[in-house]
This record gives sequence, C-alpha cells and structure tokens, in this order.
Amino acid sequence: MHTRTFQIWRGDVHDGGLADYQVEVNEGEVVLDVIHRLQATQAPDLACRWNCKAGKCGSCSVEINGRPRLACMTRMSTFEPDATVTVTPLRSFPVIRDLVTDVSYNYTKARETPAFAPPPELAPGQYRMQQRDVQRSQEFRKCIECFLCQTVCHVVRDHDENKPAFAGPRLFIRAAELSMHPLDDRTDRAAHAAREQGIGYCNITKCCTEVCPEHIRITDNAIIPMKERVADRRYDPLVWLGRRILRRDQMVEQYVSSTAATPTGSGHWTPAPLAGAFEQALEVPPPQAAPVGPDGKLPLSETLLDRAGAASPFGDDVSFPVPAEDLRYVHPDSV
Amino acid sequence: MENVQRHGYDVVVIGAGGAGLRAAIEARLAGARTAIISKSLFGKAHTVMAEGGAAAAMGNVNSNDSWQVHFRDTMRGGKFLNNVRMAQLHAQEAPERIWELESYGALFDRTPDGKISQRNFGGHEYPRLAHVGDRTGLELIRTLQQKIVSLQQEDFAGSGSYDSRLRVFDETTITDLLVTDGAVAGAFGYVRQTGELIRFEAPAVVLATGGIGRSYRVTSNSWEYTGDGHALALRAGGQLINMEFLQFHPTGMVWPPSVRGILVTESVRGDGGVLTNSEGRRFMFDYIPEVFRDYYAQAPEEADRWYTDPDNHGRPPELLPRDEVARAINAEVKAGRGTPAGGVYLDVSSRLSAEVIRRKLPSMYHQFRELADVDITKQPMEVGPTCHYVMGGVEVDAETTATASVFGLFAAGEVTGGMHGANRLGGNSLSDLLVFGKRAGEHAAAHAAAAARSPVADADLATAAETALVPLERSGGENPYALQQELQSVMGNLVGIIRRGSELAEALEKLAELRERVAKVGAPGGRAYNPAWHLALDLRHMLVVSECTARAALQREESRGGHTREDFPAMNPAWRQVNLVCSVPGDHAEVRVTRQPVPAMPPDLAALFQPDELAKYLTPEELKDPTDAH
Ligand SMILES: Cc1cc2nc3c(=O)[nH]c(=O)nc-3n(C[C@H](O)[C@H](O)[C@H](O)COP(=O)(O)OP(=O)(O)OC[C@H]3O[C@@H](n4cnc5c(N)ncnc54)[C@H](O)[C@@H]3O)c2cc1C
Ligand code: SF4
Ligand code: SF4
Ligand code: FES
Repeated sequence: MHTRTFQIWRGDVHDGGLADYQVEVNEGEVVLDVIHRLQATQAPDLACRWNCKAGKCGSCSVEINGRPRLACMTRMSTFEPDATVTVTPLRSFPVIRDLVTDVSYNYTKARETPAFAPPPELAPGQYRMQQRDVQRSQEFRKCIECFLCQTVCHVVRDHDENKPAFAGPRLFIRAAELSMHPLDDRTDRAAHAAREQGIGYCNITKCCTEVCPEHIRITDNAIIPMKERVADRRYDPLVWLGRRILRRDQMVEQYVSSTAATPTGSGHWTPAPLAGAFEQALEVPPPQAAPVGPDGKLPLSETLLDRAGAASPFGDDVSFPVPAEDLRYVHPDSV
Repeated sequence: MENVQRHGYDVVVIGAGGAGLRAAIEARLAGARTAIISKSLFGKAHTVMAEGGAAAAMGNVNSNDSWQVHFRDTMRGGKFLNNVRMAQLHAQEAPERIWELESYGALFDRTPDGKISQRNFGGHEYPRLAHVGDRTGLELIRTLQQKIVSLQQEDFAGSGSYDSRLRVFDETTITDLLVTDGAVAGAFGYVRQTGELIRFEAPAVVLATGGIGRSYRVTSNSWEYTGDGHALALRAGGQLINMEFLQFHPTGMVWPPSVRGILVTESVRGDGGVLTNSEGRRFMFDYIPEVFRDYYAQAPEEADRWYTDPDNHGRPPELLPRDEVARAINAEVKAGRGTPAGGVYLDVSSRLSAEVIRRKLPSMYHQFRELADVDITKQPMEVGPTCHYVMGGVEVDAETTATASVFGLFAAGEVTGGMHGANRLGGNSLSDLLVFGKRAGEHAAAHAAAAARSPVADADLATAAETALVPLERSGGENPYALQQELQSVMGNLVGIIRRGSELAEALEKLAELRERVAKVGAPGGRAYNPAWHLALDLRHMLVVSECTARAALQREESRGGHTREDFPAMNPAWRQVNLVCSVPGDHAEVRVTRQPVPAMPPDLAALFQPDELAKYLTPEELKDPTDAH
C-alpha cells in the first residue's frame, strides 16, 4: 500500500480543470478501484461510468495519461512507481460531468446502419452455417461498444464538423460484420459504408485497432476489406492521392460541413448549428474511393510500418504516459 | 413542486437487460407504444456479463435431449421447490426463443453440421448451452439491442421518428412505482445525466431490473444490482418469494484483490478443468451427495473418460450443481486446505493444450492475462465462492408473468422468483430472460390494450419527488458509501453462504440500525450525474431486500440449494412444501414473512422422475398421491 497522486478532470460543459488528489493504492488494483476509493473517501460526487468492472461492458472508457483506455482494465502496476496518473474524459465527445461524456453520437450512428436482414426463405431454426464462415463476423461481435476507437479516430477527434458524415470504426466493423454474415440478405453493405458511413475518410492510421480492448483487428479485418469491396465497384484512380502513410502533422486535413454532407431526408445525425463553424468550412471533398493498386488490394499492411500496431493519432513522437505537467487538458467546447 | 418531465406510454419496461429488451420487442410487435428504461447506457446491462451460454433443449449435439429432460434437470437443480409450470414453459419454449435470435442476427458457435453448437454445463444432463465462446451474454444483449434498433428503423420509415413507438430512456433510474387503488398508474424516477425528475404514465409496467448482489462485498454482480425491482414491487404492494435462496458461484477470482468476485466461467470445468486443494488433491470426489451418486464418477479415471464417452461414464464431480461445488470449496478452505488468498485451485493448464484453451475460453484467457497477469494456459487459477444470482424475487403468474396483487404490474428475468426454485442451473437464466421476457411483453401489451388507465395521484407524485430529492438537501448526513460498505459486511458475514440462526438474528438487529441511518443519508454535490446521490437512493432498495433475505433465511430451518443452515444441515421434505413470502404491509413497516404452499406437480410431470428419486424430496404423504398435496 502506498500513496499516489492522481489528477482527475473535474467539471462540466461550462467549466473545469484538473484536480489533484493524494490517494491510497493497494497491490493488484486497477484505475477504477482508485476512482472508487476517491468517491468513497474524498470526492463523493466524482462522476464516472462503470458497470461490470471486468472489461465486458465498455462503460468505463476514459483517457489515462492521454491514452483512451478502460479504467477497469488498466492495472496500477503498469505505471512508474511515483508517476502521477492523469484521468480525463473521452475527448471526442461532449462532456457531461467529470469523466462522463455524452456518447449519443455513437448510438445515433448505430441507428443509421441498416439492421441484419434475415433471409426470407428460412424460418427460425433452419439456419445452417459453418463455424469457419461465422468466425469472421464473430470477431466484430466481440465489440463491447466502449467507443475508444471512436474517440481516438482523428477524423472526428477535435473535428466535430466531420461527425455528420463519418460513422467511425465501431460502425465500420458493424457494416463489415453484416457484409460477412453468411445469411444476411442485403448486398449493399460496402456501398452503404462508402456512401453513408464515410469510410472514405478513413486513411488507415490504425489508431482504432491499437486502442481496442477486445483486440479486434478493426483496420486489417474490417476497414480494408470493406474498402476493397467498395473499390471492386467504384475504383477511380483519380481520387487516389498518395500511397504514403502520412503522419498527422503532414496530413492535409479534410473538413466536411454537415450541411453539405447530410443527404436530405434520411434521418442523419445533424448537430445543432455551431456558431461560426460552417462559414469557415471548406468545400466538401467527396468521400474517396479506396486507394487500391492494380491487384485490387490496398497497399498497406502492418509490415510497412516501423512499429507494431498503428501510427499514433498524437503524432509518432509522442509516447505514453505523457508527463503530467505536459497535459494541458482542455475539453473541446463541442455541442 | 419541481418540474417533472412527463411521458405517456402503453407499456413501460423497467430494465434493459435480456428480459427487459425481449419484453419491449414483444410489446412493440404487439402494437403497444413502449418505453425501455435503464440505469446504464443502452447495451451495457448486467446481462453482458453472462459467459457460459443459454440452455435450450434443441438436441443439436445429443439428440436424446428434449424439453422433458431439461425440465427434469431444472427441477433437480431447484431441489423441487420450483414453480413447476414456469419450469415446464421454460423448458418447452427455450429452443424457439434461441432460434428466433438467429433471425435477429445472432451468431452462435456452430456444430459440424452447421447447427447451433451446445456445450455441457453443471447440472444439465446433455450438452445444452447455446454459446458464443465465453461471451454469450454480450451476444444476447447486442442481438436484442440491434433488433430494437431495427424496429426503430421500421418506425422511422413509417413515421419519420425513430422513437415513435419504441423509445429507450437510458441512464434513467426509477425510484418509485405509481400505484392508484391497487392498479399501476406509472413510474417515477430521475435522469442520471441531469438530475431532472421524470414520470412515466402507463397502464402496464414490466419489471426487469435483475438481481440484488451488490448487497454483498464479494460479488460478480455490477453496480446496477441493488434490488430496485424487488423493492419497487414490495413497496407497490407486491410479494417476493424464495428470498432466502441466493446462489454463490463456486468459482470467483480470489486473487488479486481488485478483481475479487469476477467469475471464472463454469465452462472451464465443463471443458476439463479440475479443482484441487493446497495438498494437490482433487477433492470434489469427497463431496458427491447421495442424490447424485448414480450420475457422477467415483474416481478420476472414470471422470476423465466422460469427456470423450459421456454415455457410458459418470460425470466428473466438478460438474455438480453450483451450490454443491461452492459448499465443497468452503469446507476445504475452512479445513485449512485453501490457497493463501482463501480459495482453491482451478486448473486447466495441465489438462488441455494452450491452443485449445485459447480457442475454447478466449475471454477467460484474455481477462486473466490483462487483469491478473495470470496465464491460464500455464498456471492454475485461485478461486472461491462469490455472490452471483438471486433465485428469489417477485411472485408472478407463470403464463402471463403478472403479479397477483398489483393490477398491471408484470415482471421477468432475475427479478422474479419461482422459476429456479432453491437453485438455478447455469445457463437457465439467459433462456429464462427470453422465455418470460417474451411472455411479459405480450401480456403487458394485451393488458394495456384492454385496461383503463389509472390516474396518477398528485400526493403520490409529491411524495416520490420529495423522497428522491431529500438526500441532496440534507447537509452533514450519513455517507452513502460508508453505509453501503456496512450493509455489505453485515450481509457477507452474517447472511452469507453458510448461515446460522443466531447470526441471522444478529443481522436483523444490525439491519434495523442501518435502516435508521439510511433514513438520514446525505449526498453532497449537485444534481447532474452525482454518484453519491444515486447510491443514497439505491440504499433504500438494498436495505429492504436484504431484510427479506435475512428474515426468510432465519425462518427456513433446513438446508436446500442456495440456502445452507449450519444448524439445520439436512434437506427436510416438509419444508419443500413451503414458500416463504415477503411483503411490506403499509408504509415504513418491517418486512413480513408468511408461508404459502408450493403448488403440487401434475402427475404427467411427476411421471418423468423415478419414484426413488422423488422419495428423496417429497414427504411420504405426497408420495402416496402427489396430486392431492395441495
Ligand atoms: C458474471 C456472470 C455470468 C453469468 N453467466 C450466465 C450464464 O452463462 N448463463 C446464464 O443463463 N446466466 C448467467 N448469468 C446470470 C444472468 O446473466 C443474469 O441473471 C441475467 O442477465 C439477468 O438479466 P435481467 O434481464 O433479469 O437483468 P439485467 O440484465 O441485469 O438488467 C437489469 C436492467 O435493469 C435496469 N435497472 C435496474 N434497476 C433499475 C431502476 N431502478 N430503474 C431503471 N432501470 C433499472 C438496469 O439498468 C439494467 O438495464 C451470469 C451472471 C453473471 C454476473
Ligand atoms: S484507421 Fe484511423 S482513420 Fe481509419 S477509422 Fe481507424 S482511427 Fe479512424
Ligand atoms: S471496436 Fe473495440 S474499441 Fe471500438 S467500440 Fe468495439 S470494443 Fe471498443
Ligand atoms: S466497467 Fe465494464 S468495461 Fe470497465
């Protein structure tokens, strides 16, 4: 047992900042245990979501030392003995209070993804599928909807204006799951991913895969195959911009204004207008088709990267944990 | 008075776990405008934690299986205290409910011929649990969640609004049911995110709030399990039965401390894991009770052959019903043969290859590695009993799931009592949620279509609002976290897995003291997402439900299933004829426990058992003519 310094973001939409706590930590504990101890002893109204405390429900998503993680799956023994631990709310979603954010964006996007279409010729009980055929979709159904992949994705992280046009990795794997479901009756999953979900905005940085606590290979097994399926139908070399993986600071940022990107009448997520945001929005680039080569495959694979997993959304020169004094957490004033 | 959001529906379902979602789907399909209310986010309910599977006699793996065999196993597991009709309906309807999930998009693991695969589980005679690795609960919740979304998409296409006929109110807690002249008028609560008060008006309310495990410190249950539905029903004039029966899962993690209580799924044992004590002895062979002698192996060699040739060998005793396993572990630890952390060892590493373990038990492997730095393919786990499931709950009609005493109040899932008798078999809960969730939705919708709406009484509303807000206004009140910890230690120490009359009496005194203190609980801070306030309000529920358990446990002077009395260690057939019923007559009164006869088993169902098996459970008079018992 020893005492540790915790910095926790306290506040709400109007105002907030990091608060310092000295708290007791015991052997074998996880960050969520420490948050619970803080609630019981020093900060009874500290808001934090959790449910299962076993990494199964995806409720306790926060950012720990700047990295999106499950608080119940982050062991205290992974930190340097004396290092300060900083816990902040998910950055890509509007804050409600303290560590709790408004994740309704994800549910809205889920509603806009067409559901499983049962094969009309089969009655319940008549479904026959082979294990090897269901396995691919089963990987994606492991998703616990923690939304860590959604918050880390640079397309929406600090870019609220892209949210209307971009469903995010969680929903790309949903589209892939249905597309690979042996008995799904729809054939337009990939087209939907391109047209409605904005899979074209994804430039395969693999940050989502890197943070996924279920170790779902979001990019390799879902996004890339989906992009290739799209490309099968709509390969257009003109929109192929480059084969390099660009670091964030080298990237041309894409802005999408919600007015232009929202197809009319299809019930899309439309945020309340942001003061001053739309006037500056650039011309909307159309979603890009996948940059496939002549073999019909994307040129990317993990082997091309100089490190395991994905490029970091924070820039490759940032390593975690970020020293506490460098963390200037200010929650973006989003809707 | 405060401003209170007001919503009108035909059917209000409280709870978004398996039972609640299935009920809501059925109610919406029957044409009722339906609301789903959940304390947590949509898709996070406790059901996600279920691992092993859902029991249904589909006969995909062993074609000898049938609903009759499933029924028989369920009754045996429940020590014949089950509501027979519920156990029968459950066994008969479970396969259809599982197949239906496939048409909603579920992807179960498959047999070689492409059907839904089924696995062995404690207490089930044949491989019966439909499963998806060890994340079956997640698959169930996600499937139902996605079915709800698909219904909302249909409604959107028809009306332009996703919420027009089926709406989810997530992070909303119900604190009181509104009842006028014995009929449901609606429900009252608050929105967690903002602290706003909210009322729902509806002629039919379905309780699907799950269990009560958070009254114990070592528990596998999530924070939601504060017995809200149990308490709401009691206060509304309903009755709880079998509250003395709590299931302690035999194998929860006991090390490291932060993950104490997290379950090691039973399939670890079903797939070949063995229990050993600190002396290395496979001790379960010493604990096979008389009633099970014929079905279980007497020695390790026979047990090991069962995995490959189940028809000709006795089952390994590691697969005995959970209470037997929990009691055996408890006895070993008490006899000084436990691990340093107070458990026993559960080992698969010496039994299966690392690759097979990773494939068969992926989330166990993953969980242990990430949470405890333990590699289950290389070393044994340290496990011990954990509070896991409550068999007791709201008394309902088997066919309609309606309560008898509150008109328009229905219940389904873990919040109900009777289906599982004195002990639940693994896998029977998920199928219970589906079977009775569907029935609840169907009958609640029919009720709403036929019954007149009761008006909400202004006085009730004012009282509910005051009760909800008072902890916030009380400065210097009792600390809710400290109170919860005290409640947990009273329950854990005095109303735990092994009980004694004197300790139960002591527990009741302590609970009475706590009741005084809970009445003075204070929650500092504001109304928006204030966990102290939330807990302060939950305490009220936890307390009354704990009292039910302690009182019923004190009265039942025998040991049966999930109720073990050290001072009455044997099962007593006379007690099998009795259900203990808890109610709260009038406001602020103590819980009252009354006795009620258990409905007798009809002859056609009794005929499914061998006479000498019945003789172990029934009294000599009942055996003469089981039909005229009551
Ligand atoms: C670790 C673990 C493993 C398990 N494994 C299995 C298994 O393999 N097979 C099996 O059959 N069973 C298993 N069980 C048991 C099974 O998971 C539960 O019994 C079952 O999920 C209960 O479902 P439910 O629908 O009744 O309630 P839940 O899924 O718990 O849902 C309760 C809902 O009610 C809501 N709620 C509660 N109170 C309120 C309130 N006051 N206001 C508004 N909403 C409220 C909650 O937010 C939640 O949405 C397991 C349980 C655990 C803990
Ligand atoms: S790969 Fe990168 S850009 Fe694509 S979805 Fe994942 S995080 Fe977003
Ligand atoms: S894909 Fe992974 S990171 Fe994304 S929501 Fe699902 S579990 Fe979380
Ligand atoms: S609390 Fe469920 S994932 Fe952390």
